This record gives sequence, C-alpha cells and structure tokens, in this order.
Amino acid sequence: MKLITAIVKPFKLDDVKDALKTLGILGMTVSEVRGFGRQGGHSETYRGAEYNIEFVPKVRVEIVVDDTDVDRVVAAIRTAANTGKIGDGKVWITSVERLVRIRTGEEGSDAI
Amino acid sequence: MQSEKRRFGAFTKRLAVGAMVATGAALAVGTPTLAAEEGPTAADVQKVLDNVWILVAAVLVIFMQAGFALVEAGLTRGKNVANIFMKNLMDFCVGAILFFAVGYAIAFGGEFTGLGRFIGGDGWFLAGDGVFTYGNLDKFTFFTFQVAFAATAATIVSGAMAERTKFKSYVIYSAVISAVIYPIVVRWQWGGGWLFQMDTPFHDFAGSTLVHMTGGVAAAVGAKFLGPRLGKYGPDGKPRAIPGHNIPFAILGCFILLVGWYGFNPGSWLGADPVIGKIALNTTLGGAAGAVLAMLVTWFKDGKPDVAMTGNGLLAGLVGVTAGAWVINGLGALVIGAAAGTIVVFAVTFFDRIRIDDPVGAVSVHGVCGAFGTIAVGLFSSIESEGVVKKGLFYGGGADQLVSQIIGVAAVAAFVLVTTTILFATIKATVGLRVDEQEEREGLDIHEHGVPGYSPD
Repeated sequence: MKLITAIVKPFKLDDVKDALKTLGILGMTVSEVRGFGRQGGHSETYRGAEYNIEFVPKVRVEIVVDDTDVDRVVAAIRTAANTGKIGDGKVWITSVERLVRIRTGEEGSDAI
Repeated sequence: MQSEKRRFGAFTKRLAVGAMVATGAALAVGTPTLAAEEGPTAADVQKVLDNVWILVAAVLVIFMQAGFALVEAGLTRGKNVANIFMKNLMDFCVGAILFFAVGYAIAFGGEFTGLGRFIGGDGWFLAGDGVFTYGNLDKFTFFTFQVAFAATAATIVSGAMAERTKFKSYVIYSAVISAVIYPIVVRWQWGGGWLFQMDTPFHDFAGSTLVHMTGGVAAAVGAKFLGPRLGKYGPDGKPRAIPGHNIPFAILGCFILLVGWYGFNPGSWLGADPVIGKIALNTTLGGAAGAVLAMLVTWFKDGKPDVAMTGNGLLAGLVGVTAGAWVINGLGALVIGAAAGTIVVFAVTFFDRIRIDDPVGAVSVHGVCGAFGTIAVGLFSSIESEGVVKKGLFYGGGADQLVSQIIGVAAVAAFVLVTTTILFATIKATVGLRVDEQEEREGLDIHEHGVPGYSPD
C-alpha cells in the first residue's frame, strides 16, 4: 500500500476529485494548507502599507491505494491539477506499513 | 396627558372620516358631527412629528454603534474580536448612564453667561422641570438623541487603540470622555456656550468637530500613549501591514454607518421639516464622493483599489459633510466629500509613518476629515442665517465664517488634546494602559475575557 500526497491549487480540487472518482478511488482526505515552493510569495498593499503573502493557500489531498493503482492515480492527479503555470504543486508517494478500518477492524487492502 | 390622548384620538377619527369623504362613502353615511369637536392645532401636530422624527433619528445613530464595532472587528485580527465587541458594547452602556447622570447637565444645563459659557451644571439625572430641551422636543427625546452622539464620540477611539489596550483602562477612558470631556465640548457650541456666542458663531451642524474630531484627537492621543502593536514596524522601522481578519465585517460596518448617518445629519435639524431632504442629499453626495475618490487614489497609488480604504473614504466623506450638511449645496457636498476621501488615504500613510498605529484609520477619518469638513464650512457655506451662520468665502461672504471655523476647530482640538493627554497619562501611571507582551501575542479575547471570539466546533 502507498500513501499518495498531492499539493494542488485550491480551485483544482474538484477536477482532481472527479478524476480520481472516475478511476474508482473510494475515499480521500483533504486539508487546507499554506506554503511556498519555487513560486514563492507575492507582495500586496493594504491600506498603503506593503506586506508579503509568503505562504500561498493550497489544498493537500491524501489517498491510500494499492501498489498497483499508484501509477494510474498519480497520472490522473497530474493531468487534472495541471495548469501549466508555476505553483501547480507536487505529488509524492510514501509506503504505508499497516492500515486498519476503525469500524470493522479490517486490515490491509480490505481496509482501503 | 389624558386630554392630549383624547384630542389625538379625535384627530385620528377625523382623518378616517376625511378619507371616507374623499372616496364618497361618507355622503351616504353622513356623520359630520365629529368635525365640530375641537381638533388639534397645526402646532400640536408639528410637536408630535418633531418628537417622532428625532427619536427615530436617535435610534439610527445608536445603530451606528454596530457599524463601528464591525468596522473595527473587521480591520483587526480574529484573536481580539470578542474584546473589540465588548469595548463597543460598553462605550454605549457605560457612556449612556454617565451622560444621563452628569454629561447632559454639563452640556446643556444652567445659565449661558459667565462660567456657563464653558461648562453647564444643572439638570443632573435629567431631574426637575427646568431641564434644557430644544424647541418642541420632550427633554427625554432630546436626551436620547444627544446620548447617541456622546456614544459616537466615545467609540471612535476604540478602533485606534485596538488589539493592545487593557479592557479596564479602556472603560475608564470611555467613562471620562462621555461624562466630562465630550459634554464640555458640546457646551461650547450646541449648549449655547462661547463658540456659539461669538460675533460670527462657529458652525458645526451635526458634529464634524464636536463629535468626530473630538473622538479623532482622543484616538490619536490614546494610540500615541499605547505605542504601535507588536510587529507593526519591521526591524528597518518601516510600517508593515497587519491585514484585517474579516473585510466583509468592515464593509458591512461601513454600510451600517452610512445608514446611521441619515439619522446623524438630517436628525440634527432637531425637528421635522422638509429641509431634512436637503441635508440627506448632502450626506449622500459627501459619502459617495469620498468612497469613489479613496478608491481612485489607492488604485493609482498602489495599483489596486483598496477595499478597506474605500470604506474609510466613505466614512471620511460623511464626516466631512457633517459640519456643513445644512449650509452647503450639492456641489459643495461633492467637493468636500471628494477632498475628504483623498485626504484620508494620505493621512493614514502619514500616521503610519509617525508611528501612531491606528488599525482602523480613526484618527484620519474622524480627526483629520472632521477638522477639514468643519473648516470647509467657512468656504462652502451658501446660506446666511442671522446669528447662526454666514456665507463662506466662495459664496461672497468674506472670511468671517472661515475665521470662526478655524477658531472652533483649534479650540476644541487643543482642549481635547490637553484633557485626553492628562487622562491617558493618569491611566498609564495607575492601572496601566497596555496589556503585556504575551497577552498581546496570544490575543485579548482569552486573556481579558476568557472566551475566544471564534470557538472551535
């Protein structure tokens, strides 16, 4: 099992969700996060004084999938979240040692 | 009281019969006997209308408290929001009791000669038959209108001192300005005191100076004594923006203040008269021009139209036309409002630079534009009224009114500067003015009141 974590632009969340549902992905966890990468921040003026928005709002999507699904899911996220402009985000994959469904106690792939 | 009620009962009936006549129904019914009863005179009707309108206007002005609270809360951070609403709540409630007990007597009571030209002293607790009132107004109607204004002057300061003032220290300040400082200023003009008794009387129709500049000057002194919020200035000393946590709050607050201003200015006629239409027009044009100009100036200056500053521009325009709301014409209102909307943008930057940290721009909106609008009466007044106001410089009246306006603004500014300096210095030396650093960082809501403005679910 792998944990796929994707940081995407907030307005792309719906596209990513629809693409993953089409693949048959049954669940995901979404959080609102802030951060910066190569895009950096930008400066704005508020009431005549400058300030920097260093952390840009993003959405983090987390999904646990079977090893065999990883490539399809990553490709789907890449396509759905891509605008071609700087700040589109990243996807990374980490190994999951164990997975338990709280309601039933099922483990492993059954719990996905 | 009883006979009054009966007479107006008859009056209502007569109106009903009149309406039936108009539709022809009364010809068949034919009951003209009521017309023979003694009806109310025009003066009776006028008296009722005056009282009703001024009470409605007072309620509109009291509603402005909600506007002030929202503007201040919106332009500051969420960790202080409960404290800000609490301060605004107490401005009205503490102020109302003290203005009832002593403020009204200082502002309006007693003789108008000798010491009475500077401070009143009769009619404590509104008790007795000789309590001052205006024209047709019941003394309690007049009091309600005046207490709304006192609360406005007090609450202006809250915004400038936001996010770092001890709550109890703020309440002490608020009590003193409502009970003593504001009433004395009012005495000088609306209370028939020395500014009103000058050869060419000072003219401040609805309080650009008496209410707004008084609040604005006190706000500047308070903010200066407090010092800037942590993080307001970078290591290089340059001012940094601390964006407000809820712009919709701030702009909704501006809308509520705009609505309230239609009680503030037209109500200041202190009676029901068609002239309130003209005053409402000037209020509309002044506020609108202020907002449009503030928007344009920030747009050209900083590249984007600044939402919060445009709200400030609306208020600046409204403050600007308040002094001359009756005596200026529509063109004057547009020019004064536009100028105020421009001035406020630069004033905010100016106070930022001299390290008076005013999160909502109260000093600029109320202090600077209050003074400007009052002086502008000496230029734009297009009305001559014996013993009340002369035409301004631009309308062939010479400089008499302008000089009186400058005297009034300077005198009130100096008085408020001195008294609030003493007040804030005393508070600072006794109970202290500013919260400690940890409290300021973590927010006043928890430390001062024990409850966050926004609890987690």
